[in-house]
Amino acid sequence: MTRTGSPLGRRVLFGVLGVVVLAAVWELYKALGPATGVVLGDLTVLPRTSDLAMPHVWDMVARLFRPVRSSGDDEMMWQAVLQASFFSLGVAAVGWLVGVVVGMLLAILMQRFRTAESALLPWIVLSQTVPLIAIAPLVKRWGSQIEIGSFSWENWMSVALIASYLAFFPVSIGALRGLESPDVNHVELMRTYSVGWRATLIRLRLPASVPYLLPALRLAAANAVIGTVVAEVSIGLRGGIGRMIVEYAAAAGGDPAKPWAPIFGAVVVGLLAAGVVALIGLALTRYRRGETPA
Amino acid sequence: MSTAPSEQGQPVASTGTAAVSVAGVSKVFASRKGADVTALEAVDLTIAPGEFVSLIGPSGCGKSTLLRLIADLDSPTSGSIEVFGKTARQARIDQAYGIAFQQAGLLPWRTVRSNIELPLELHRVGKPARAARSSELLALVGLSDFADKYPDQLSGGMQQRVAIARSLAESPGLLLMDEPFGALDEMTRERMQTELVRICAETGAAVVFVTHSIPEAVFLSNRVVVMSPRPGRIRDVIAVDLGRAEGRGEGLREADSFFEAVVAVRESLHGEPAGAPAARGVDQR
Ligand SMILES: Nc1ncnc2c1ncn2[C@@H]1O[C@H](COP(=O)(O)OP(=O)(O)O)[C@@H](O)[C@H]1O
Ligand SMILES: [Mg+2]
Repeated sequence: MTRTGSPLGRRVLFGVLGVVVLAAVWELYKALGPATGVVLGDLTVLPRTSDLAMPHVWDMVARLFRPVRSSGDDEMMWQAVLQASFFSLGVAAVGWLVGVVVGMLLAILMQRFRTAESALLPWIVLSQTVPLIAIAPLVKRWGSQIEIGSFSWENWMSVALIASYLAFFPVSIGALRGLESPDVNHVELMRTYSVGWRATLIRLRLPASVPYLLPALRLAAANAVIGTVVAEVSIGLRGGIGRMIVEYAAAAGGDPAKPWAPIFGAVVVGLLAAGVVALIGLALTRYRRGETPA
Repeated sequence: MSTAPSEQGQPVASTGTAAVSVAGVSKVFASRKGADVTALEAVDLTIAPGEFVSLIGPSGCGKSTLLRLIADLDSPTSGSIEVFGKTARQARIDQAYGIAFQQAGLLPWRTVRSNIELPLELHRVGKPARAARSSELLALVGLSDFADKYPDQLSGGMQQRVAIARSLAESPGLLLMDEPFGALDEMTRERMQTELVRICAETGAAVVFVTHSIPEAVFLSNRVVVMSPRPGRIRDVIAVDLGRAEGRGEGLREADSFFEAVVAVRESLHGEPAGAPAARGVDQR
């Protein structure tokens, strides 16, 4: 039996260890690195080590437990960040879901019809070369023109749409590979049972695609989160982590630890998204037997 | 209509429709470079219900191709194939045969039991009937204790037994097997052969069995079809009379009649003039 991965406990331990090492490297560089940073030509390779550019780890953590505006009696920073994180996570989840559904449908279509594959695949690949910055305003403009009855397009939908645009790609490619992964042997066996394409899809191709699908879902989740954060900024959606990062960056001068708070929030969103996909993987363990590390 | 011409060794029981009737079948694979491969040429073969026939011959002589034509996984360039009096296509649709390949081809995400139940499930057999049938088959191949294991938890021989059980799920009158024991070690192989003889006796199915091994072919078969390559033809059909299945135990492997049949097949395979005169008169190339 070839199983990958280690017991949960050890993986968590390694995760924590990674964070500790990262913090140690940060502090070590801050203590020992040159104050002006490392500059090659015009290019800053490593940042300056001032408190302004690189606050102490403990300062950044402590900042989470003070009110949002240092003076007022606002809610705690961590509360604000968490709220924004969940908002972004929700939008990203919608985008992810739409992306997964579209990606799966495209993959199934391409598997079913050779011609669809040769007609669609180049466009799918090409679609990912269009920069987010270019499509965000377009999506917003188109969205604002949609109004059907009581339904009206809202900004968060534009963000989710952009997230799904980034998420569908790995799913369509991964699922296509997965759907085409069964041996000739198995496909012919289904033929000897004289069952049609649908039964072959459900009993053979979909289950066989799971090992290919899971990494694609993980990648789609990461893409959806990044897409959401970036699109929040370019579309100007309030309430999420993306907007918070931009707003707090402006406060860096007087409160250098503040901009880092929403960045931690973004990390949390990423971790939660990865966790959800891991749970999906756990639920599909049966279909990952004999899975070989790619 | 389904009487094949010049065959040595007649079918054991030639009453009723033949299990398989192959008449004048040729198969040419067209290749892009223009060099067509004639995999089979003018093949005639009739197999009676309940008869065990082995196909033997060097690699590339078209054994698998012939089996695939019978299974309707491919269609002949010319000639006709009937299975229980129907076209190969209709026979496939009616599930007239079960099939097993060299690779067990089990679905790794299904337990042993649900692998065996796969064809039943696909053909909408109800759950209780499925469970009853799979229990029966698990007992038949001696894997009752492994019903809930997954294929990767089984040895190669066990996997192959599951594949055989699966091929028997719908009680087909015909079993098509392409080197099913080819990947097994010699010990396992002999045990599986003995088991297969017993299973065939119990189910009464006709078998077309592709193999590389002369002793295997002789031990299992009523008739051994010796094929020659380029183009694939039937060179000889050798009747092996080792008695009916019930009497065929391990002791048979040491019997004189067994060795005589092995020698006959070997001579035919190596094209020695010793045996009967060549089975065909139209051998020009
Ligand atoms: N799908 C195919 N396309 C082209 N040539 C094939 C194909 N299948 C088999 N052949 C050729 O037909 C011949 C017979 O093959 P096969 O029936 O597999 O032989 P065997 O099973 O006796 O080893 C070989 O020369 C092989 O290369
Ligand atoms: Mg072969």
